[in-house]
Amino acid sequence: MYAHDELDRVLVNERVTEFRDQVRRRLSGELTEDEFKSLRLMNGIYLQLHAYMLRIAIPYGTLSSAQMRKLAYVARRFDRGYGHFTTRQNIQFHWHKLADLPDSLAALAEVGLHGIQTSGNCVRNITTDQLAGVAPDEIEDPRIWAELFRQYTTLHPEFSFLPRKFKIAVIATPQDRAAIKIHDIGVALHRNAAGETGFEVMVGGGLGRSPFIAKVINPFVPRRDILSYIEAVLRVYNQYGRRDNLFKARIKILVHELGVAKFTEEVEAEFRQIRGGALALDDEVVADIAARFSYPAYEKLADAPPELARAANDERFSAWRRNSVARHKVPGYAVVTLSLKPTGGTPGDATAAQMETIAGLADRYSFGEIRVAHEQNLVLPHVAQRDLPVLWRALDAAGLATPNVGLISDIISCPGLDYCSLSNARSIPIAQELTRRFADPQLATLIGRLHINISGCINACGHHHIGHIGILGVDKNGEEFYQITLGGRADEGAVLGHLLGPAVPFDQVADVIEDIVETYLDLRQAPDELFVQTVERLGVTPFKERVYATR
Amino acid sequence: MTSPLQQKIKIAGPSVVTANRTHDGVVIWRTASGWSTALADAAVVRIADEARALLGAALADDIGAVGPYIAPVEIAADGTISPGNLRERIRVGGVTITLPAMA
Repeated sequence: MYAHDELDRVLVNERVTEFRDQVRRRLSGELTEDEFKSLRLMNGIYLQLHAYMLRIAIPYGTLSSAQMRKLAYVARRFDRGYGHFTTRQNIQFHWHKLADLPDSLAALAEVGLHGIQTSGNCVRNITTDQLAGVAPDEIEDPRIWAELFRQYTTLHPEFSFLPRKFKIAVIATPQDRAAIKIHDIGVALHRNAAGETGFEVMVGGGLGRSPFIAKVINPFVPRRDILSYIEAVLRVYNQYGRRDNLFKARIKILVHELGVAKFTEEVEAEFRQIRGGALALDDEVVADIAARFSYPAYEKLADAPPELARAANDERFSAWRRNSVARHKVPGYAVVTLSLKPTGGTPGDATAAQMETIAGLADRYSFGEIRVAHEQNLVLPHVAQRDLPVLWRALDAAGLATPNVGLISDIISCPGLDYCSLSNARSIPIAQELTRRFADPQLATLIGRLHINISGCINACGHHHIGHIGILGVDKNGEEFYQITLGGRADEGAVLGHLLGPAVPFDQVADVIEDIVETYLDLRQAPDELFVQTVERLGVTPFKERVYATR
Repeated sequence: MTSPLQQKIKIAGPSVVTANRTHDGVVIWRTASGWSTALADAAVVRIADEARALLGAALADDIGAVGPYIAPVEIAADGTISPGNLRERIRVGGVTITLPAMA
């Protein structure tokens, strides 16, 4: 966990006081909606179809049990008893009243949570690997760097009014679990042959109307210079990014229109101007941030304790363990993913009761720490392997142990037209039906790793372009239709999916996905050839032929 | 930003003006004299000039309502008003999924 300092506490509390006055003035008519809108958005407050939505940042996806309990309190006291975890390690509450928002934010501020920079044309929540600090192959904890970036970008006057929103993600392992290549800036920590650490910097990734995979503009920026380099990128974007057209304002369009070489040249020129200045990171600065992260006092334990062997006879436990438990860097410990994808449920939703259960289990089994994964699941990062059976029983009782992590029913989905004023089509009912179709754990295991991503509009909050199967809702003459893409990937080999063919109506989507999966099972060369590998090998044509043969 | 009243208003059939209530975001419809949370109370317009006038009245109440706009409706033979597209059906009927029970 990171211990915020007095500056953070003052900043968040002052913002609550300021916003309380702004709400008072709005409700009394002193502020018009035009005047108020940008103020509420600066605090993560949107107006959706039915109510105000509050988006709360969870920096680098790390939550304490106390914070989780406060989220449960806010869900019950000010909302409808649940919250929705998003693909950017945020949580959203969809049923807030404007008049309640100052009190809700004040409650959140008690545990250091807020909605600052979760909306608007600024640098948004810095995201990272949900296994940060516990991944066995990690160079160092990427949250140290994410926290540095958070401090640097929080209320930064030069970058509070960028041409458009700006998203940064950081990883420190070869495997990308944070989808950094679809971010405006993705940084990957590496160690060079001399043993020095530095960052590979990728720029211009993003989905939405014009999807792009980020391009590497510098393979190794020394750690001392990384803030200067990020500032150089932001400055070039701030200067040249388009403000005349909302749809062409993201940095990905600038990189595309200028070309990677020219964009890189501009960044390097700016970097030369500012390198070694105020943003140079002395080792003491980094060490100071690192020192504010506390790590558990792990026991000395051995891997594969007898409790695990005894529980192995329980097939349900074993199925859950295969999918939900990952290796920990400390012997005797494990990382546990809590599926927020129950059969027939809404992806990413957790009730207040579940949040409280998770907080209690985190205290008992994970040193009080919880992570949010961009796949819309939660993680207990420090679980002793001996505790896995008893933890599993508690999670199972709370509906948090669906054995589907990484499988076909572990669906990423935006809220879609059920909530969102931008959406063209519903996402959640499609996800729910698919989880019912693939509810059989044996079938899901037979299919293997397969990621389905669903977005209700072209803004792509459900990251449909990079789903192994992507589903995009569109409006065709007032009816919901869905375009399907195959072969996308969000990992270190990130690619955009390929369009399968004409969009299909709402009531055919689940049948089409079943056809696609059956085609895969027929065509894969071996049981360990993943769906995405089969698509890569054969292209979309055989899938297209099967799907459209009878439609 | 261009005011909704400065934009060309075209309506293809019976329409209403709808918005969200400022203090809680609840969906509301413009009536002949104010706002209602029931679509049945909405003032129905059929030509662009009527729609412009109704929208103008809605926009004048910046304290009570956020983001008024013109939405299509269907009128049954018995006069019942129903929403004219899926988005409006969801705004009237609420989410199409089952929400978790409060616990």
